This record gives sequence, C-alpha cells and structure tokens, in this order.
Amino acid sequence: MSMAAFFDMGGYAAFIWPAYGLAAIVMIGLALQSVADFRTQRKLARELEAGKAARPRAPARNANPEV
Amino acid sequence: MIRAFKTLVFRDTKLAIRVGGGAGMAVFFFLTVTAIVPLGIGPNLKLLGNIAPGMLWVALLLSALLTLDRLFQADFEDGSLDLLMTGAMPLELVAAAKALSHWLTTGLPLVVAAPLLGLLLNLDTAAFGPLVLAMLIGTPALSFLGAIGAALTVSVRRGGLLASLLVIPFYIPVLIFGVGAAGGGGVSAVPGAGGQSLLLLGAVALVSLVLGPVAAAAALRANLR
Amino acid sequence: MAGMSELTASQRFQAFANPARFMALSDRLLPFCVVVTALLLAAGLYLSLFDSPADYQQGETVRIMYIHVPSAWLAMFGYMVMAGSSAVALVFRHPLADIAAKSAAPIGAAFTFLALVTGSLWGRPMWGTWWVWDARLTSMLILFFLYLGYMALWATIEEPVRAGRAAAVLALVGSINVPIIHYSVVWWNTLHQPASVFRIGGPAIATSMLMPLLIMALGFTLFFVTLLLLRMRTEILRRRVRVLRLARTGR
Repeated sequence: MSMAAFFDMGGYAAFIWPAYGLAAIVMIGLALQSVADFRTQRKLARELEAGKAARPRAPARNANPEV
Repeated sequence: MIRAFKTLVFRDTKLAIRVGGGAGMAVFFFLTVTAIVPLGIGPNLKLLGNIAPGMLWVALLLSALLTLDRLFQADFEDGSLDLLMTGAMPLELVAAAKALSHWLTTGLPLVVAAPLLGLLLNLDTAAFGPLVLAMLIGTPALSFLGAIGAALTVSVRRGGLLASLLVIPFYIPVLIFGVGAAGGGGVSAVPGAGGQSLLLLGAVALVSLVLGPVAAAAALRANLR
Repeated sequence: MAGMSELTASQRFQAFANPARFMALSDRLLPFCVVVTALLLAAGLYLSLFDSPADYQQGETVRIMYIHVPSAWLAMFGYMVMAGSSAVALVFRHPLADIAAKSAAPIGAAFTFLALVTGSLWGRPMWGTWWVWDARLTSMLILFFLYLGYMALWATIEEPVRAGRAAAVLALVGSINVPIIHYSVVWWNTLHQPASVFRIGGPAIATSMLMPLLIMALGFTLFFVTLLLLRMRTEILRRRVRVLRLARTGR
C-alpha cells in the first residue's frame, strides 16, 4: 500500500482524518490541561504550606513525596 | 400535618397572585411566544396547524421555566425557608406544597390559556380536547421536576437561568409524550399512539410527583446546611 | 468561635485521613497507568489504522468506529462513575467520592463530545447528512447537556461541600431520568422514522475488527482512569489550598 493510498483512505480521507485528529486534540488537550492544573495547585499548596511552617500547628501530612 | 400543608399552599398561592407576585407573567409570556411563532415562520395556516401542538408545548415549557426561580428564592432570601426547615413539617412536604402552589399559579393558568392560543395557531378543533387533557396531566410534572432545579440553585444569585439549563433535559419525556398525546408531530397517523403516549405521560407525571419533592428537599438541605 | 475551629479541625481530619492515603497510593499508581495507557493507545492506533480490513459495506469509514464506539462507551461509563460516586458521597459522606464525581465529569463530557462529533463525521458519508435525529444520537446529545449542567452547578456554588451535595443530588436525579429520557426518545424516534436508518456497528462484527476495537476501548478506559486519578489529586490539592487560604485570612 502506497503512502498516498493510505492517506486517501479509499476516498474518505475528509471524514476519517478529522475524526482521528479531533480525538487526538481533545484527548491530548484534556491531558495537558489536567497536568497543568495539577502543577498549579501543587505549587500553590507548597507555597502556602511553606509559609505556614512558621506557625505552631504542624502542616498537614505531606502527600506529595516526589520533589 | 395536612393542615400545615394546606396553609402553606394557600400562603404561597396568595403571595403569587398578589400584585407583583408574578403569576400573570407566565401566561403573558406564553401569549407573546405563541404570537411570534407565525411572525417567524409565516402566516401559512396549514403549516401552523401542523406544528401547533408542538409549538404550544414548547412555549408552555419555556413559560414554566421562566417562573422557576420564584419557587424557593424569595423564601430563601427573607429567611422563611430556614423557619420552614426547622419546623415540624418534613421538608419533602414543604417542597411538595410549594410545587403544588407553583402548578396552581403557573401550570393551571397556562393550560386554560392554551386552547385560546390554539385558535391563533389554527389548531385542529378535534385536537383541543386531547391537548388540554395532555397539558393537565403534564404540567404538574413540570412544576414538580422544576422544583428540583429551583432547589439546587436556591443559593445561587440569579440562579434562574442555571435552573432552566439543569431542568430542560428532565422535561424532554414530558414534551415528547405530551405532544404525542395531543396528536402533534405526526403521531395521529399511528393508530393507538395517542392513547399510549397519554398513559406514558401519566407515568412520567407520577414519577415526578414522588421524585420532585424528595430530590428538591435533598437539594435544599445541601444548600442550606 | 472556639467551637468553630474545633469543628474545622475534626472536619479536616476527616477530610484528609483518606485523601492522604489516596495521594500516596495514586502517586505510585500513576506512572504505571500512564505507561500502560500509552502502550494500549499506540497498539490500538496501529491496529485500527494499518492492521485491520476495510468493511465490505462501509469501506474505510469503518475506521471511525474504532474511536467512535469507545468514546460513546466511555461517555456512558463516565456518567456511571459520576452517579455511583455521587450516591456514595450522599449516603456514606465519603470525602473521596465527592472528589471522584467532580473529576469524572469533564472527562465524560469530553468523550461525549467526541462520540457526537465522530458520529457526525461517520454519518455524513454513510447517511448523507451530518446529523440525524436518531434515538442514539439524540440521547447522546441530551447526555452531553446533563454533563454540562452538572459541571455548571459545580462551578456556580463556591463552597465545595455544599456544591458537592447539590451536584450529587443532580447526578442521582439524572441517573434516574436517563433511562426515562432514553426510552422516550426511542419511542419518539420509532414513530417518526421507519426502520430504514443504517445501524451503526451492524449485527455482527468480524474478529479482524473486534481486536482493534477492544484494544482501543481498553486504551480509552485506561486513559479515563489515569486522568481521573490525576484530576482527583488536583482536586484534593485545590481543597487544601482553599483551606490554607481561609485559615490564613481568618487569623
């Protein structure tokens, strides 16, 4: 099978590739957004906990063992 | 208990019909929406007659949605809802009473107005009876399901729009079976479909009579704790 | 005020006893999940694009099935996860259930969106139209509205415990209503459309197509699980940040 025939998808390229492309965009986009949100919240939590360390009450148990 | 229930229904109904209560608004909205339909699609009487049952049901749904925020919002703002919650009457009954008075002041007037608007849309004379019957059975479901949306958004400022968005999917069975029972949407061509959808509409209404107050009470508790 | 702080302290204990364990466990689980998801999706992509035959009726468009059907499946699976967690949250007040329900919603909504759009892209060459008011498509569209409503409710109520309870009530009412809505749409549809509509998937499916479909479905499911774990971790952190901020401004 030639490359051109593969990309042509039996004449249905205009439907098949957008379907796969959109699935990729949505899934990768959601994954990236989830990771970015996680990083933001982790950073905020660390900053707040570091600021809090000076206070008498012990900080909540560290739930993020990785540095 | 029954007396307390009655008192609450009377109180809410009175508050709604009083000037500024907003009970007339829904009917007025129903009228205006129906009036703009021919302006939108053209004055073709045959076409209007065909879509009349469906259009009237859609307009009815919109009018019912418009008044949802009245259900609990005012009582939440002035604190009477807190009193009702601490009272002896179960919250489920409070929600049922409020939904009932909502139906009395919104659903019932809309059903009364519907035949009149049917004339404007060239509704088939034979369809008037089934339409009113279907609306009589279906509108309580709109009030009781709507109570869920109103209760969920009671603490949200200007939650009326959100309540509508939450509730519209739940209104879909009422719309489908209601239009079917009224003989709209080409259903009359299928023998027995009208009666069948009337029964199904009744079933949906009964389910929402139970589900509505229970879920609305749970939503109120969630919002007011 | 003393009673108040005591209450929040015990609440905090309750809220973090389990989440702390969850954080430790999910932290170890996540890398494994990511690797397996990536492997499965890569294998699924290879099978569905290169190593599977074209359908004798639908030609190459059948390849859309390998993403459409798993998406549709996860759209429903996501709602089940959401409704199940909501039930646990309401009945047992388990702090993680709330978080799981909230985290599942955007993933489920994304898959519902994908199922709708890929279905439309499949329908265009097969039915000759982008959209038909077919019972399945209509139900899927309503499911999408339910997801959006659920997310909108979470977004408008600020206090997480209150929002969680309200959203759980909505998800449960939705789960009771989904079968009723689906049945009503099927009823409505059979009245309006003769049974000439092309059925997606067909009656039987050849093994050469079943294999890529299963691998893809598995890959999508693990993708869902991985993102669910990650989003739950994020949500736990978000709540901790909120509590810490409140504690700071409260002093």
